[in-house]
Amino acid sequence: MGKTLVEKIWDAHVVKREEGFPDILYIDTHLIHEVTSPQAFDGLRKRGLPVLRPSQTVATADHNVPTLNQHLPIKEELSRYQVDMLTRNTAEFGVELYGLGHPYQGIVHVIGPELGITQPGKTMVCGDSHTSTHGAFGAIAFGIGTSQVEQVFATQCLLQQKPKTMKIEVNGALAAGVGAKDIILYIISKISAAGGTGYFVEYAGSAIRALSMEGRMTICNMSIEMGARGGLIAPDQTTFDYMEGREFAPKGEDWDKALAYWKTLYSDEDAAFDAVLEYDAADIQPMITYGTNPGMGIGITEHIPTTTSQPESERPSYQKAIDYMGFEDGESVLGKNVDYVFIGSCTNSRIEDLREVAAFVQGRQKAENVEVWIVPGSKQVEAQAKEEGIDKIFEQAGFALREPGCSACLGMNEDKIPAGKYCVSTSNRNFEGRQGPNARTMLASPLTAAAAAVTGKIVDIRQLI
Amino acid sequence: MKKFEKLTSQVVPLPIENIDTDQIIPARFLKATTREGFGDNLFRDWRFDSDNHPKADFVMNNSTFSGKILVAGKNFGCGSSREHAAWAIQDYGFDVVISSFFADIFKGNALNNGVLPIQVPEEFLQRIFTVVFANPTSTVSVNLETQMVSIDETGENYSFEINAYKKSCLINGYDDIDFILSHKNQIEEFEKNR
Ligand code: SF4
Repeated sequence: MGKTLVEKIWDAHVVKREEGFPDILYIDTHLIHEVTSPQAFDGLRKRGLPVLRPSQTVATADHNVPTLNQHLPIKEELSRYQVDMLTRNTAEFGVELYGLGHPYQGIVHVIGPELGITQPGKTMVCGDSHTSTHGAFGAIAFGIGTSQVEQVFATQCLLQQKPKTMKIEVNGALAAGVGAKDIILYIISKISAAGGTGYFVEYAGSAIRALSMEGRMTICNMSIEMGARGGLIAPDQTTFDYMEGREFAPKGEDWDKALAYWKTLYSDEDAAFDAVLEYDAADIQPMITYGTNPGMGIGITEHIPTTTSQPESERPSYQKAIDYMGFEDGESVLGKNVDYVFIGSCTNSRIEDLREVAAFVQGRQKAENVEVWIVPGSKQVEAQAKEEGIDKIFEQAGFALREPGCSACLGMNEDKIPAGKYCVSTSNRNFEGRQGPNARTMLASPLTAAAAAVTGKIVDIRQLI
Repeated sequence: MKKFEKLTSQVVPLPIENIDTDQIIPARFLKATTREGFGDNLFRDWRFDSDNHPKADFVMNNSTFSGKILVAGKNFGCGSSREHAAWAIQDYGFDVVISSFFADIFKGNALNNGVLPIQVPEEFLQRIFTVVFANPTSTVSVNLETQMVSIDETGENYSFEINAYKKSCLINGYDDIDFILSHKNQIEEFEKNR
């Protein structure tokens, strides 16, 4: 019997498999950042161990950095200490750092792909659950905790149980105004925030194939929001075209060799998945979330489900979520006022996202009641946006293009949404307080967010294009 | 790592589903660079209001409920990979979390820190809630060796699953790094043969 793509890559990285134990899985690339690494470096020091393969480790500062005035010392003391600690740790252990001020700095899941570090067939980990993003290239990529960061530092391996595999096919064509973010929010709304737990998901089907690399990253990014450990997409010409010529992509003969290998990376015809789901792209509308987990999403013209339509044991939690958001059972979200719009995060902060938003807002103006933050995913995205004059378009519309970082995606730096305020956000989590204590997050695509920015309301983007 | 074998304790019931890691420990408390002290901010925004006063209606502020076992609704620990969530739970004083479903990464993080996540059927979970809300002093017992969790007052019990390797790590206080490092030659061999 054939193998799934996950099995092919996994099996190629097993250092040791023994009955009754998790596999010892070799890790090709380890990405690290300032928040989940300090305790792991400390652990190494206590054990008297080095980073085993520093050349396979890359660091950046992203979660806890300001998005204005990055050239100045960080004001907040704890944040500055944490970022400085990363600088000291990477220097001590010989790890490359793309820190603040470096032209490659940015959100860890944005810089890996744009630098060509992310490659098909690799195993990649990072102390961040959205490491699944890199799966868009046909890599096995997943988030780990700090003890495991230490494990990879010390051994370049992880102890891991081989995951179950799920295939999610999306076929057909998307309507205008509907994009990758809507596909993934739709899937999560169907299978719930826990529906993918224990699985690695392979996305397939004509609607997935038709996406750009950036769209594919948006899809894989949110795999964790259905509980899945990771998500991936078999590499194809779109992948190879994106990769060719990138800083750390193979060159010359190495490229030819790599390409030949990458072309073997697909699930065999007769491979068996543990679960298979299929969706029709034509059923997908622009999506938006109304609750406090990413599974609580609806098509923009649909109504918020009623509490009584939920299974009985889940009603109290459901009610709590709706109350937190200040919504009513069964109402529509269309026309609701919006206070903030955040366009950014490793889900939607790449150049294509900014281009799409710029094309829509060109000649339009920000609504008065809204504050709009646009946070590019990396220094390179920021530079590209400026080169293309996108920053000017934003400026004319009344938007601010800030500097790269995670920003209001997790509200760890000063970019927080105030209590009780509504934010349409292109990020990936709408948990209670995620964007600041008592902030109310509604997840949506960059286009839907841009539409909210210019109208000050939740609107159906299809009416505006 | 701390060893774990057996425990009998009162429980803290938290019958809420999809408790994510941002609730367990909000991001603004992740600036610390050591593992200690996160317990003070466990469930911060549920425990305290914006003026840092304890919220009377939250279970952890109700002295009727206490103990080393946290019992929570399904899909506990979903969201981010922050191990700070497991550290906060441990630092606060919980050794066991019982739920009807755990998110993957949280479960791994908990096990790597000597906190035992026990998955039980939804009905059993609801029974714990019912018994504990009726009598907050009732206890739950956990025996890792025999993989049994029981409600002491009623004698109801459930035999839970745990990976055999992880079980031995917990009982002996070993961690994964010791285990992998004992295979260092094979790692180097693997690298050579690629
Ligand atoms: S942008 Fe948000 S989700 Fe992405 S790595 Fe940063 S904090 Fe995590």
